[in-house]
Amino acid sequence: MSHTPPKIVPAKLALRQPRALQDPTWVRWLLTATAVGFISLFICLPLGLVIFQALSKGISTYWSALTQDDTLSAINLTLLVALVTVPLNTVFGVAAAWAITRFDFKGKSLLTTLIDLPFSVSPVISGFIFVLLFGAEGWFGEWLMAHDIKIIFAVPGIILATLFITFPFVARQLIPLMQEMGNQEEEAALSLGASGWKTFWAVTLPNIKWALLYGVLLCNARAMGEFGAVSVVSGHIRGLTNTLPLHVEVNYNDYDVVGAFASASILAALAIVTLILKTALEWKQATR
Amino acid sequence: MSILLADISKNFGSFSALNHINLEIPEGELVALLGPSGCGKTTLLRIIAGLERADQGRVLLSGVDKTHQEVSARGIGFVFQHYALFRHMSVFENVAFGLRVKPRSTRPSNEAISKKVHALLELVQLDWLHDRYPDQLSGGQRQRIALARALAVEPSVLLLDEPFGALDASVRKDLRQWLRNLHHELNVTSIFVTHDQEEAMEVASQVVVLNHGRIEQQGSPSAIYDHPANAFVSRFIGQTNIFDLGEHDSDWLQAAGLLTPQKDGKIAHVRPHDIIIEKSRAEDNAPAMVKDWQHLGALIRLELVKNGSNSSAAHVFAEMPNDQFKELQLNRGDKVDLKIRQAHWFH
Repeated sequence: MSHTPPKIVPAKLALRQPRALQDPTWVRWLLTATAVGFISLFICLPLGLVIFQALSKGISTYWSALTQDDTLSAINLTLLVALVTVPLNTVFGVAAAWAITRFDFKGKSLLTTLIDLPFSVSPVISGFIFVLLFGAEGWFGEWLMAHDIKIIFAVPGIILATLFITFPFVARQLIPLMQEMGNQEEEAALSLGASGWKTFWAVTLPNIKWALLYGVLLCNARAMGEFGAVSVVSGHIRGLTNTLPLHVEVNYNDYDVVGAFASASILAALAIVTLILKTALEWKQATR
Repeated sequence: MSILLADISKNFGSFSALNHINLEIPEGELVALLGPSGCGKTTLLRIIAGLERADQGRVLLSGVDKTHQEVSARGIGFVFQHYALFRHMSVFENVAFGLRVKPRSTRPSNEAISKKVHALLELVQLDWLHDRYPDQLSGGQRQRIALARALAVEPSVLLLDEPFGALDASVRKDLRQWLRNLHHELNVTSIFVTHDQEEAMEVASQVVVLNHGRIEQQGSPSAIYDHPANAFVSRFIGQTNIFDLGEHDSDWLQAAGLLTPQKDGKIAHVRPHDIIIEKSRAEDNAPAMVKDWQHLGALIRLELVKNGSNSSAAHVFAEMPNDQFKELQLNRGDKVDLKIRQAHWFH
């Protein structure tokens, strides 16, 4: 008598799985076509168009648009911003993830929530906060003016805004992973006589490295591509405070279509490289 | 190395995990910290290791106060319930870790490390796995590697947190025996935490029974089994029948003529093997009836129902050797007479 239920359950399971796969052919086709059509229309088409427009007046025009002084300075500024913000946010992200997953302290849940703040606030508002703080009319405006320090409408403001916008990426990647891993491996390392520093480098870092790289990659993509917050604090001074995304807008507003799309093609290329690396990292994480 | 714990207390918020623990463990013992889950045994082990800080009290290893020393400086070996092997390192590198992180002045040469690691892997009989990764090993293999890793730094004290808790029954049995033998060979003072009284009795030379953050009793397995200090220990170590003279058991025990002469308390704990059964000749006022029995290998456990009682406390368990059971030729429903050989009395 008691053996009947186990007999029924596997039979049901065996039926259920194929049935899920046996959707009518037209349903499968419709779903696939919708997904592929959507991606073609909203992602592949615009991306193709960027490249098409950039090259519409020939390669030499494209090249000269890219090598304009203003474009080069925008590329340089974008690289500088990424070079400063990505390492800082990597360190911050690791420290925050470490603190949240390894220690118990008051305000821990508040910190966890605050890490997500840049995701939930409109970037324009994030930029605006910095103007309110450091702008000529802002809290520290007078003091900064008196000491001849320029933050708003200058490079430091752009870096600060980007730093704020991109700080969740690394921490967000690490926290779930480190929570799942627990800290027994670290405790084992300590019990074997390793120092805290040695434990981090020899045990923690190798375990989180792929997730960390993934976070750094996303952080970098956002740092180079951020528009809203940077737009508010930069002042759009050509050759001085324009990052690539701002440069695209400025060119476009000046009816310099080739210039705008040439700059845009660099950002598009960055996006594609990011996607390829991201896929490679995901694959690497999955196979470990 | 001897271990001395003096007046250790630890609270987690309002929960008192350990309550004024005093414990002395002589050198070379293999001690089991035994207790139900949540009794504070793992916390106590982690305090000895330095992975946890006591709110008060001192930890002395070989007479040296180590209360405020970091875990990395205590020279202990710790084996975790879930092994905690370094997943990105090979078996060899796992075992070598403790040697590689030594300061340069005391670090052995690469050849010396290699020799030592292979010797340890041979000790745990797993040298053939030296280039595998932890996720390619079975649970039992992982636990032996974890032990080899802990032994690599030649710890003065070996601490094991539920070392066999995550393994299946047959592997657990093998590893218990193996740990006992290993301890005989190395003679390093060892403490292991377990909630399994059978495991504690089988492996340890000394058992410390904990409950609600207090030590209930400390002694050799036989001392704890034969002379339980209180009702909790008696109930926790092995099966026992509990007769309460304050309640309805009094009349029944008297009617059954079961009161042992040396009465010393209100509650009697009687081990199942201390109850002797005979087929009753006086059918009507026999004290108990055979309800069922189970085969426990060499022993048979009989489930008896007290005569004239229907409550759940009406059951009495008795154990006897298999051949004796066959001789009695009992059937379900048979009336039986009982004799109590020995009881432990508690108030």
